[in-house]
Amino acid sequence: MIDNHILAPVFIHLFSAILQLVAWRKTVTQRFISVGGSFLGLMLAIRLFTKVYNNGILTMNAANWEAPFGIVFVADLLSVTLVLLTSIAGFAVSIFSSTGLNRQRMLYGYFPIFHFLLMGLNGAFLTGDIFNLYVWFEVIIISSFVLMTLGGRKAQLEGAVKYMAMNILASTFFLTGIGILYGITGTLNMADLSIKITQVQNQYLVGITACFFLIGFGIKSAVFPLYYWLPSSYHTPPSAVAATFGGLLTKVGIYAIIRVFSLIFVLDTFTQNLLMGMAIFTIITGALGALIKTNIRRLFSYLIVCHIGFMIGGIAMFTKIALMGTILYLIHDIVVKTNMFLIAGVIRQLRGSMDMNKLGGIYKEYPKISLLIALVLFSLVGIPPLSGFWPKIYLFQEAFTQQQYVFVAALIIGSFVTMYVIAKMWSEVFWKDVPKDVEVENKFEPLPLIRKILLILPVGILAIVTLYIGLNAETIVQLVDKISDQLINTQPYVEAVLGKQN
Amino acid sequence: MELLLIVLLGLLYAAGVYMILRRSMVKLLLGIMLLGSGTNILIFLLGGITKGKPPVIDENAKLFQDVFADPIPQSLILTAIVISFGLTAFAIVLLKRVYALVNSDDLDDLNTPEEEDI
Repeated sequence: MIDNHILAPVFIHLFSAILQLVAWRKTVTQRFISVGGSFLGLMLAIRLFTKVYNNGILTMNAANWEAPFGIVFVADLLSVTLVLLTSIAGFAVSIFSSTGLNRQRMLYGYFPIFHFLLMGLNGAFLTGDIFNLYVWFEVIIISSFVLMTLGGRKAQLEGAVKYMAMNILASTFFLTGIGILYGITGTLNMADLSIKITQVQNQYLVGITACFFLIGFGIKSAVFPLYYWLPSSYHTPPSAVAATFGGLLTKVGIYAIIRVFSLIFVLDTFTQNLLMGMAIFTIITGALGALIKTNIRRLFSYLIVCHIGFMIGGIAMFTKIALMGTILYLIHDIVVKTNMFLIAGVIRQLRGSMDMNKLGGIYKEYPKISLLIALVLFSLVGIPPLSGFWPKIYLFQEAFTQQQYVFVAALIIGSFVTMYVIAKMWSEVFWKDVPKDVEVENKFEPLPLIRKILLILPVGILAIVTLYIGLNAETIVQLVDKISDQLINTQPYVEAVLGKQN
Repeated sequence: MELLLIVLLGLLYAAGVYMILRRSMVKLLLGIMLLGSGTNILIFLLGGITKGKPPVIDENAKLFQDVFADPIPQSLILTAIVISFGLTAFAIVLLKRVYALVNSDDLDDLNTPEEEDI
């Protein structure tokens, strides 16, 4: 079905970014536009989501060029779910950054770039054209470069060099893959590719192309041999930026892997084993990294890597139940990881530090905030009935059915280490008294009430979403069930884009 | 023509990979740029090269009656060039700033320990 409203979540962020560019250096106006724009974006995303949930896949041909000749935008259930989550996370981060960021950064255009980033994310989720996906990826990385370097501290710039080099390299791999793919099939439309790729004579060439895509997206989503840029750069920018990055950027890579390997390439045994090996090593190396870090944000960065492995493992098994696990985890992970970095920002406001050796005593002073944070931490660890628990059931079940015992072991190690580091963090940051020789610099206490609320509210919003996903798991599982149906059987997607095939 | 481009492509990729593996920041940037150019030529090559046949339809004909050059790879390359231009410009400025702060061109020197001012 053709529907022009698909692009609304993209345009709303474009317009708010442009409006903010007009209000250059007027930070108060920019803050209002940012929060308002994100809220409108959230409303539009909800509207699009309900539309697609009720009516099935929607498409839009750009400039009315018939698919497969023009660029086509497709809103299937996976896309709209991710757009919805991006909008929720973007709304929360937008509220948080209206007060949790120093004014200097706002003066140099934090808000417009933040909205360009959200625009890029929504575009990447909604596009149905592989080259257009590349362009959205570039929109995302160029905005993220600016966000990462904004402020210009030494550590930030050093992290940005690593981040920039690896991401440009990933784009080059991706572009090379697209070039070969166009050479062997003569089309760029993803639905059309899924038909044409089966007719290619030389299937080895298809396998090689798949590896190019895997490396490109692998760098972006931070899987095992390619993740080193992530822990060495994600702890440098301000927490609001790190929250967007940690929650959303690596997940675009996961989305692209799911999309490309469900629609275009068929997973053969070699790729499946490769993905499974990557998943296992990602979980273990991420977990080991998290064990030794004392800076909270570095610890969270390694946890991101560790949990990416869970999703890659689900993709590697590629059955309905495994995909349900992966997508459920993706939904949970976006919300919780964004929240984790916001929490790191709140802790920094409370204590002026992020080093566990210098923190302590937060529970005693702020029991209510601590309990709110505890809820999120429990969910990250996966205590039932919170949202981290449900996806693991599906992953374990399918890993046992397919006798992937090494993956089962890795899952157990990953979950256990997550629990251990979070417990360690809780006792160090919240329970322990402040070490005697450390001077506490509390920036939170002197703030006016409204700014305090603006700092805690986004954590609360995301915690409620987590709680909703956890307690209302039945509805979410029904949604995920539909999504994985669409991923296994791509016929409806292809028909929605190209019309009925004979 | 194809053979020439293939050789050029191989050279660009090889030089790019070699430069990326060096320790200097500037060489890293040059390597990324060379790889990008290599990719553009790859797209051009794989799109199929047709000499002197622009995809313009004859006034009297309703359909293409001949082999013609595919315009899509060229538009893809154009987009990729514009994007990589922007990225390279940003990267040059970033590297210049880093050089001013760290006072070294060596990638191994980019490991300042944790700063607390965030």
